[in-house]
Amino acid sequence: MCLTSYEQIMIEHWQSQIKAAAAKGAKLAIRGSGSKAFCGPVANGEIIDTREHVGIVEYEPNELVIVVRCGTRIADVEKAMADAGQMLAFEPPHFGEHATIGGMVASGLSGPRRPYAGALRDFVLGCKVLDGKGDHLSFGGKVMKNVAGFDVSRLLTGSQGTLGVITEVAFKCLPVPKAQQTRVFEFDAQTAIERMNRWYGEANPITATTWVGGKLYVRLAGAAPAVQSAAANLGGEALAIDADWWRNWREQKHEFFAGDQPLIRLACKSTAAWSDLASNAEQQAIDWGGAQRWLRASAAQLPAVRAWAKTQGGHAGIFRGANSEAERSEPLQTALAAVQAKIKASFDPYQVFSSL
Amino acid sequence: MKSASFFEALAALLPAENLKIAEEDMRPYECDGLSMYRALPKCVALPANEAELAAVMQLCHAHRVPVVARGAGTGLSGGATPSPDALLLSTAKMMRILDIDALGCTARVQPGVRNLAISEAVSQYGLYYAPDPSSQIACSIGGNVAENSGGVHCLKYGLTIHNIRKLRVVLMTGEIVELGTDALDAPGYDLLALMIGSEGLLGIVTEVTVKLTPKPQLAQVAMASFASVEAAGAAVGYIIAAGIIPAGLEMMDKIATEAVEGFVHAGYDLDAAAILLCESDGTPEEVADEMARVSEVLRNAGATDIKVSQNEAERLRYWSGRKNAFPATGRISPDYYCMDGTIPRAQLPRVLNVIAVLSAKYNLRCANVFHAGDGNLHPLIMFDANVPGELERAEEFGAEILELCVEVGGTITGEHGVGIEKINQMCVQFSPKELTRMHEIKHAFDEHGLLNPGKAVPTLHRCAEFGKMRIGQGKPMPFSDLPRF
Repeated sequence: MCLTSYEQIMIEHWQSQIKAAAAKGAKLAIRGSGSKAFCGPVANGEIIDTREHVGIVEYEPNELVIVVRCGTRIADVEKAMADAGQMLAFEPPHFGEHATIGGMVASGLSGPRRPYAGALRDFVLGCKVLDGKGDHLSFGGKVMKNVAGFDVSRLLTGSQGTLGVITEVAFKCLPVPKAQQTRVFEFDAQTAIERMNRWYGEANPITATTWVGGKLYVRLAGAAPAVQSAAANLGGEALAIDADWWRNWREQKHEFFAGDQPLIRLACKSTAAWSDLASNAEQQAIDWGGAQRWLRASAAQLPAVRAWAKTQGGHAGIFRGANSEAERSEPLQTALAAVQAKIKASFDPYQVFSSL
Repeated sequence: MKSASFFEALAALLPAENLKIAEEDMRPYECDGLSMYRALPKCVALPANEAELAAVMQLCHAHRVPVVARGAGTGLSGGATPSPDALLLSTAKMMRILDIDALGCTARVQPGVRNLAISEAVSQYGLYYAPDPSSQIACSIGGNVAENSGGVHCLKYGLTIHNIRKLRVVLMTGEIVELGTDALDAPGYDLLALMIGSEGLLGIVTEVTVKLTPKPQLAQVAMASFASVEAAGAAVGYIIAAGIIPAGLEMMDKIATEAVEGFVHAGYDLDAAAILLCESDGTPEEVADEMARVSEVLRNAGATDIKVSQNEAERLRYWSGRKNAFPATGRISPDYYCMDGTIPRAQLPRVLNVIAVLSAKYNLRCANVFHAGDGNLHPLIMFDANVPGELERAEEFGAEILELCVEVGGTITGEHGVGIEKINQMCVQFSPKELTRMHEIKHAFDEHGLLNPGKAVPTLHRCAEFGKMRIGQGKPMPFSDLPRF
């Protein structure tokens, strides 16, 4: 592996930290800015501060590839890409001004464009990781198509810091659409679900759909004439300054997310019929073309919500305000839990990092 | 002794027509699309459903009999090459489409369903399954999942991994697990991503839920001629730089277009050193807008001629040449060897120049077809296996191309998989610690190493031998320990 001296120093520093922790049976807490600590497993122990490892290693807009060190702010990466007319197409939530690329990949969260452009993991081309033995390993690469060996870089995506310190990631970039506008419709929840699904299936240039507060928001993006004709066909009202509305929604700054009541995230098949799981419609929002639903509810309602999610091919957990890992994420099938535990043990044999 | 009881038990699990033991019955299974490697399996099992398949796996696990899975047998890297001590498990009899959700844009199918059959079945709803490997009329979705297959439209629509929602998988123990969900994600590690492209080393897929894509209202393809391969390569960069992600972006050099033209009469410009095919799809407004921009970029990039398809028949004719590049090459040469490296696109002129030099060095012709948009190169090395030494020269030539791809920052395989074909080059691309981690991941799924042993991920011992061989002879001599026909 060819390292610059700066990288060498940083990686060696962390390697010695990991080896020391492993030797004495201590824990390490991998931490970026802490913006997503609320939605991941508890991390205890001496801190590995990923913000010490910063910078865009390589950015070739014509190759549609950017390679970034873990501590780099998402905002800085998005700025560099915007200057070249490109973007991270999975539209990651930041949940904080200083949110880092490492934390973004480890938490694996995607934003409003997810059902239409793909998830964060779909845009990860390669990862470097420092495992629990202090070995610096590289998987994937920086090319669009790569099927050499197991797809370990996508395994690391969303692994919540349990497998190691993700030190560097290569992403596929996409151009920013030339035109964008959002149409707003007054619909009840069931109509909204039906329209979200049907309009997508009719090949409209849709890049986000959300129903909240009795209104369906449909974002169209692409070539200007295509957006204009789709807007005319679908109807509805235009939303002014729609970029701000979607940013607020993505960052959970919309009034739906206000207050201290727990926020339950429910993933289901996109066509799942409306179910009044919360006490009133104002307490539920429908996202991702119907495949992601948000509920303001108490932890006591979680079992009922999970039971419903299961009948709709999905799963549910408390996204904000969870008191335990069990509330946050559903347990796995026994055979899969065993596979997952073995993978965890191979990356982190001395249990230096957060538990599953 | 043990073997006799194994066959007895196996015969009790499957109807006689789903089990093949006689040599003449097993002959059709002796190779996949990489036909230079052949062997007869221990036996061939063709379970008709998941329960039969799981029972076979459980039995093999109990008797420690290795299992090699096979879809339609169109793979190009020897992923389904049999081994004399292993049961060959074919999913060919599991070919039902189980469910189509037209509103939700998904379909649930068995692994033996052909890639194109999915698109045909959902066409009535205005939908299709986007990944389109050139072998799509024959290849099965189970094999596509095992190989993470691509196609000519994957720059815009993704590879297999981007178009799969959920899998049902039988593990080596016979246990049945579900990876992914009917939603867009699942709790825990992304084992769905890990399973896709795992080349039959982690489990056997028995059910696939695919994402369907709305058929674009219109598609048009521009065909541009260039006086040099470099100019065509540069044009690809200019298209991306203009903020355009074409539905397909393919390049063919003169040797490839000449081979194809004699075969399918696609109307290619035989005076051009290279041609580019650039497809645009979407609403009519979108396509008109993009085609105008693409044509302008191509003109500014020095295209000597540009033709835009005027109707669907013409579009399909332009594509037919590209999709038939492999068989067309087979027509002008007794044998050909298809490589599959991916490179950063900027490295294209350098890589093509080196390939030309290698072509002279090994005295073998080489046509180049190229998924230009995503940097996936398919050099087709032509040889005659009946001429002593030509196969070995072709393999050495291929190995040098793959190592060059790694050297310029790319990978040894973009979409065909490692299989047995590129297993030595894995030692060039990954460090011993990285390969060890892959073996540990395999072990997490398959404790006794019974699934497709010897494929995809080389042992460190093999890499050490490969390293010694190269130092000793100053050049690679791949696969020296494998049987040849």
